[in-house]
Amino acid sequence: MTDANLLLAVSGMLFALGLVGVVVRRNLLVMLMFLELMLNGVLLSLAVFTQLLGAEAGAVLMFLVFVVAAAEIAIAVPIVLLLVRAGHTLDPGSYAGLKG
Amino acid sequence: MEGMLTFLVLLPLAGFLLNGLLGRRLGTGFVNGVGVGLPFLAFGIALWAWRTLEAGDGAPIVETVFTWAVIGEYSFEIAFYLDRLSAVMALIVTGVGALIHLYSVGYMKGDEGYARYFAYLNLFLFFMLLLVLGRSLLVLFVGWEGVGLASYLLIGFWFQDVAKARAGRKAFITNRVGDAGFLLGMFLVFTFAGTLEMDRINEVFAAGVVPVGVATAAGILLFIGATGKSAQIPLHVWLPDAMAGPTPVSALIHAATMVTAGVYLVARLSGVYLEAPAASALIAVIGVLTAFLAATIALVQTDIKKVLAYSTISQLGFMFLALGVGAYGVAVFHLFTHAFFKAALFLGAGSVIHALNGEQDIRLMGGLARRIPWTFGTFAIATAAIAGLPPLAGFFSKDEILWFALASGEGGSLSLWALGSLTALLTALYMFRLLWLVFLGRSRMEPDTERHVHESPVTMTGVLVVLAAFSVIGGWFGLSHYLEPLLPLPALRLDSALLHWAQIGFAVVLALLGLIGAAWLYRDGGKPADQLWQRFRRLHRVLDGKYFVDELYDRLLQRPWRWVSDRVFLRLGDRLLIDGSLHGLAALARWSAVAFTRVQSGSLHWYAWMTLFGLVAVLIWVWRYV
Repeated sequence: MTDANLLLAVSGMLFALGLVGVVVRRNLLVMLMFLELMLNGVLLSLAVFTQLLGAEAGAVLMFLVFVVAAAEIAIAVPIVLLLVRAGHTLDPGSYAGLKG
Repeated sequence: MEGMLTFLVLLPLAGFLLNGLLGRRLGTGFVNGVGVGLPFLAFGIALWAWRTLEAGDGAPIVETVFTWAVIGEYSFEIAFYLDRLSAVMALIVTGVGALIHLYSVGYMKGDEGYARYFAYLNLFLFFMLLLVLGRSLLVLFVGWEGVGLASYLLIGFWFQDVAKARAGRKAFITNRVGDAGFLLGMFLVFTFAGTLEMDRINEVFAAGVVPVGVATAAGILLFIGATGKSAQIPLHVWLPDAMAGPTPVSALIHAATMVTAGVYLVARLSGVYLEAPAASALIAVIGVLTAFLAATIALVQTDIKKVLAYSTISQLGFMFLALGVGAYGVAVFHLFTHAFFKAALFLGAGSVIHALNGEQDIRLMGGLARRIPWTFGTFAIATAAIAGLPPLAGFFSKDEILWFALASGEGGSLSLWALGSLTALLTALYMFRLLWLVFLGRSRMEPDTERHVHESPVTMTGVLVVLAAFSVIGGWFGLSHYLEPLLPLPALRLDSALLHWAQIGFAVVLALLGLIGAAWLYRDGGKPADQLWQRFRRLHRVLDGKYFVDELYDRLLQRPWRWVSDRVFLRLGDRLLIDGSLHGLAALARWSAVAFTRVQSGSLHWYAWMTLFGLVAVLIWVWRYV
């Protein structure tokens, strides 16, 4: 049980680290990486609970999320690229004009 | 025959609908056929109904159209009731009404709103018949309000003229004041009698089970309604202004029929008033005061229609005097004769106005007798009739009123008689003054007007002749005795034939005095009278200003009310409370919108921070409460 608790704590820390990184960093690519970190934290907790409860569906869901995360980053990185091509900077503050 | 009365009432309504909806499109031939034909048909049916009534020896004919509402043990029916009183009223309304419709064909010729005019006139006839034939106070009230509406529409017939539209509004609003009293009286009567059917109300009150105080209150409240409709003090102010309408309308609505509705109401509910001597006394006093004051005003008016308007108020005052001393039949008798001679006078005035191309100022008339002889002849007869010269109609009815004012055992008194007699003298004086200034003496017309003077078409003069004929013979019927089984005459406190003859002789002398006085004062365009007035300038100003009642109401009611409307209702209520609260809500929405736009700044970090705060808050909440 302590293993599980440890792993859950690691998962929480990963998530918190990612969140702090998203909040404090001003580089779009780094922020995307931190987002991935947060997602990994969540996935870790999903894996822990899958093991704890012995639910195989959880493992399947985990892979699904991986695929989704890969697709998401595959779209996000080109968007960032296009933004940089138009605005010549990676600072998200410069793109505030894009608000709806 | 079953359905006779319903048919009678619905005929003018059909006329209103046909003329109102189709009249403009189908032309004057159609409008005349419907607008004049149907009233005459209605008169025929009224005659037939009267014959049927007499065949049944005066037993009332009741026709229930439908039951409107049944509430518990009470039922409210739309029912028509024909007895001798309502038959007389229906005959006056349809008879005089039909004649005036016919007269209007000539008078209103070429008017833009010709079809609309006849539609309104027919509508008036419908409501008036509803009023006189309704069995229940409820039906009467519908008619009562309806004739008020028709009156409003017709006074303001030429509504492009602001003054005329305003006069219509004044009539309507003044009547509302009276109607409030009428409604309260109705509620009170219903509370104690448990019915609104007038014959049954009379029975209940006659049985003496209703306390005198209640009868008095109900009587006074209903009388307030009557003062509104019949232009008695203090609600008389609308009638002179109502002369803004076309002259035939003044003749029909504001002289012959509608304004007598109050008299009819009191006569119809005589059972209530017999139990309420105090209310009756009030009616007598108001009546005689109105008669006297209106007569004094009529003495100095210079507008031909205004003179007749005040004369109408004065004559209505006479009717209420009769009602107040318990001589209900006599009041209806005077109503009957008055309908003829006052209609003749108004239509004659209309003919004069028509001849002079719209001129109404009697100072700019004179010498018309030879130019428009038919109008002059009929006008003279009607004038003699209203002045009370024997053997014309007004003589009989007015004499009976004065006699009962003196001798009735139910409130007759010397002072009522004296003021009434003085008013009779004034009546003769101002009416012959009118006759002299308009028709006799030398012409004071503008040359332009004088060239165009012409006698009116035969549809107009013919009607005048018929009405003048009735002004002559109308008094010979002895209507008060015909109505006696229904409206018994009061017991006399001075039962002396000699005294009665003396009073008749005195009345004739008064009428002749009025005639001679007018002939002397108003010869030569009224110069002797002007010289006389020079000596009583202040009195003249008061009379000319109609006792400044309008001004008084303006100060006492209108201005404070305007102030209250402006300050309390408009500024405080409307602008501050209603508009203010709405504007407040709008401002709140705007300010919160401004606050929330700050949130959506477009800055990704700001969003991230907020997400962080939200997460922390949710965590804290979960930790605390779950």
